[in-house]
Amino acid sequence: MTLETEQQALPGFGQIPFWQSRPVREAAAIVRGFLSRYALLIAFAVLWQISPSLGWTNAAVLPPLNTILVALWNGVTVGTFSGDILISLRRAGLAFGAAVSLGIPLGLFMGQVRFIERSLDPILQLFRQTSALALYPVFILLLGLGETSKVFVIFWATLFPILLATIGGVKQVDPKLIEMARVYGAKRLTVFRRVVLPAALPQIFVGLRLSATTSLLLLIAAEMIGANSGIGFQVMNAQYNFQIPLMFAAILLLALLGLSANFILETLQARLCRWSKVKD
Amino acid sequence: MAVAELTSRGDVTIKNLSKSYSINGRHLNVLQGVSNHIRAGESLAIVGASGSGKTTLLRVLAGLEDADRGEVLIDGQAVHGVGKDRAVIFQEPRLLPWLTVLDNVAFPLENRGLKKAEARARARHYVQLVGLGEFTEALPSQLSGGMAQRVGIARALAVKPEILLLDEPFGALDAMTKITMQEELARIWREEKVTMILVTHDLEEAVYLADRVLILGKEKGGRTREIDVDLPRPRNRSEAGFVKLREQLLNEFGLH
Repeated sequence: MTLETEQQALPGFGQIPFWQSRPVREAAAIVRGFLSRYALLIAFAVLWQISPSLGWTNAAVLPPLNTILVALWNGVTVGTFSGDILISLRRAGLAFGAAVSLGIPLGLFMGQVRFIERSLDPILQLFRQTSALALYPVFILLLGLGETSKVFVIFWATLFPILLATIGGVKQVDPKLIEMARVYGAKRLTVFRRVVLPAALPQIFVGLRLSATTSLLLLIAAEMIGANSGIGFQVMNAQYNFQIPLMFAAILLLALLGLSANFILETLQARLCRWSKVKD
Repeated sequence: MAVAELTSRGDVTIKNLSKSYSINGRHLNVLQGVSNHIRAGESLAIVGASGSGKTTLLRVLAGLEDADRGEVLIDGQAVHGVGKDRAVIFQEPRLLPWLTVLDNVAFPLENRGLKKAEARARARHYVQLVGLGEFTEALPSQLSGGMAQRVGIARALAVKPEILLLDEPFGALDAMTKITMQEELARIWREEKVTMILVTHDLEEAVYLADRVLILGKEKGGRTREIDVDLPRPRNRSEAGFVKLREQLLNEFGLH
């Protein structure tokens, strides 16, 4: 009894210690959130950085991260990287833009007209299952070794994901919603604009992200096979010349390009499809 | 005089409607010569075992399906297809998930040429009428089943229909919510003075809401029967007359 009263009399008794105070707890929560998401990535980078100096890997084949970052910096500031990025972006962008502006309208149309979808589906499946890279020599024969065949092979591979996703999106629109719209006076165009299109939008975005990934994939392949500029060419060229840090720098650049394309599309999707959960 | 004019709108005549389907080569008569007359402002419940064609009848009335024979007259005019004199409350709320509660209710009004501001103002009134005034900016995914169905009711009322068609509107709701919604619908029906045609498999619901119950027969040549619900409103589910009528309806189906 006396002990308790003595304790209560002590100054600071019952006060929350500083490590349990609100700002500290909040900061800790943020750090925890960051670590749970990025700890493995950081560990990977650290491992990459230190394993050559520990003798686990050969620095000539797997150069440490700082060498790669320096090579990347030099490539962009002194070297030809900025030009290569522009050229690659132009190729992929043209192809992606063409695929999207053909694929989405065509998909919206095909998804709504059962007969056309039915009759076009087998040939679409055949084209889709034929690797675009296998067709690249054909495109070169037809279109020459210049820019056109490169852009076209990327376009070809990029078209199918967005086209098929759009068709799928339109086909899975709930017919009950369309019926509701009709009962409540919506004409054909209104049904399309206010029911079919928004309902198909999340699927269309799935297609867009798939297509963006595909366009970068094909870009690199096309640039490795027959080009004298572009990031894909730089990867190949650096390897031929045994400029390994430069090669990794180009690869890193590609990864960053893919990440930013995905980020842009994700942000756009989150804005346009607020009502549906954005899923990865 | 003006009142008489108002109440004379929404008069429905069903003339000898027949419809059949072909399912896997089997011929199925769903409706066989159904006739009826629903006075303007009357509340009719249509009950029947599953397969009796009650939903088909409602869909023909809504203009979503055509009958093989017979016709539907509204205020003396034969109807073809959907029309703005009728509004449907479906079994599911059928809200557009990307529109807010308010925009969902305004959707039919915009389709009918109302300006956006005007449509939203009227929609707001009806959203408040069904007790969702605080949820105008909510998305359908944020609502409970009962709330979503209320939005469906607000949407139907906002178009100021002459005839309200309800297809098992509370079938998917829990018992408590269902009773609340039935009470609210009865109140709104009295206030809005619309003709109400309600398809239901819930006999208590039929007795609670309807002036008259139409029983569709299932078996071939099954006759349609009618029971008048001559009870004062608002109705009391435990009152003797109510219980007796519900029993009488059960007996019609050979149940006790």
